[in-house]
Amino acid sequence: MFDAAVIGGGPAGITAAMYLVRSGCSVILFESLTMGGQILTTDSLENYPGMPKGIKGWELADLFAAHLDGLSLERKTSAVLGIEGSAGAFSLRTSDGEVQARSVVICSGASHRPLGVDGEVRLRGRGVSYCAICDGNFFRGRPVAVVGGGNSALEEALYLSKIVSHLYLIHRRDQFRGAEIYQKRVLETPNIEPVLSATVEELHGASDLESITVRDLKTNTLRDLTVDGLFVFVGMQANTDFVPEGVQMERGFIITDTEMRTSVPGIFAAGDVRAKLCRQVVTAAGDGATAAQAAFLFLEELNAK
Amino acid sequence: MADQINDSAFDESVLKSDLPVLVDFWAPWCGPCRAVGPLVDEISKEYADRLRVFKMNVDENPATPAKYGIRAIPTLILFKAGQVVAQHTGSMPKDEIAKIIDAAL
Repeated sequence: MFDAAVIGGGPAGITAAMYLVRSGCSVILFESLTMGGQILTTDSLENYPGMPKGIKGWELADLFAAHLDGLSLERKTSAVLGIEGSAGAFSLRTSDGEVQARSVVICSGASHRPLGVDGEVRLRGRGVSYCAICDGNFFRGRPVAVVGGGNSALEEALYLSKIVSHLYLIHRRDQFRGAEIYQKRVLETPNIEPVLSATVEELHGASDLESITVRDLKTNTLRDLTVDGLFVFVGMQANTDFVPEGVQMERGFIITDTEMRTSVPGIFAAGDVRAKLCRQVVTAAGDGATAAQAAFLFLEELNAK
Repeated sequence: MADQINDSAFDESVLKSDLPVLVDFWAPWCGPCRAVGPLVDEISKEYADRLRVFKMNVDENPATPAKYGIRAIPTLILFKAGQVVAQHTGSMPKDEIAKIIDAAL
C-alpha cells in the first residue's frame, strides 16, 4: 500500500511526486510516455520564471525529470485504467495489475481535441496532423488547411505559411478568437486564406489526404478544398478516461477547490486536467505542490484516526 | 540505444534483415518524437535477440520517408521480410508498442 499514487509525469505530477517523497510519503508515479507531458511537444518556453533567455521544451522536460533522480519512489510505465475504493484504501486498476494507495493525485493532463469527422482517424499521419512543428516540413510547397481560431491555430498557421504554398485557415465563427497581434499578422500574410463561418465536414483520400469538404454556415453550402495536409487546433480535452464517476467535472475537466481537493475525499487533481483558467507549466507545477501538501495533510488526519 | 540508419543503408539493413525490424522515423525538432525515442530504446534492449531496432532522422534522409508515404512523425513502422506489417503515427505508450510487436513476431 502506497501513501500516494500520482497519475501523470508532466510538470504537475513530477512536482507532486517530488513534494510527497520529500515529506516522507511512499509514492508510486505512473507515466506511460517519457516524463515531461506537453512540455515535450512545446518548441520553446519564453515565460517560465528563472529562464530569462527561454528554454527548449524538451530541455525543461529533462530538467523536470532529473529532479526525480535519486528520490526514493516507484515509477511505472503502465496505464491506469480505473480507480476503485474510497479514502485511505484506493485500488488502481492498471495495465500491469492492481495497485493499492491511501490517496490519489490525478495529473493526467490534456490532449488535442480531435475534429471528430469522417476520415480523421484513418488519415492521421497521412495528411492529418496535430503538430505543425513536427510535420510542417512534409508539406513544403503544397496546399494545406488549418482548423481553429484560437491562439494556437493562428500561431501554427503563421509558422506553416512560411513552408506551404497556400493555407486555408478554417474557423466556425465569423472572426478569429486569438490575440489581436496574431490576427493582424494572419490577415497580412498573402498565402493565408481565411475561411470563416465554416466547418470541416469530411476528409477524402484513399491512402493519403487529397481534399476536404467544408460547409459554409451562412449559406449552408458545401465545397471541396484540395489540400495535402490538415492541421487541427480546436482546443484541448482532459485525459480522464480512468477517473471514477463520483469525481465532479465541468466540461470534461475535474473540479477542485483551491487546495486541489476533488469531490471525492482522498482524490486530488493538479495541472491541465483541472477545470481552471490558466494552463501553463508554471501553474501546473504550482498545482502539483499544493496537491502534495493537501494529500500530506489528508494522510496525517487519516493516521490520527 | 537503437542505432541510427540512413537512406543508403536502408535496403540492406532493414528490407534484407533476417529478423523483423522496427524503424522509428523522427527529427530533432519534433517534441512527440522525444516522448517516444527513449521508449524505442527500451524496446530495443528488451527484444534484443528477436528484433532489430533503428531510428531514421527524416531531416537527413528524405527518400525513405517519402517511399513509405510518411507525412507525420513520430512514425513507427515494423518490417518483416521486407514488408510493412504494422505502421503507427503519434506518441504511444511502451505497452502499446510492445503489443504491436508481439502480435507481428
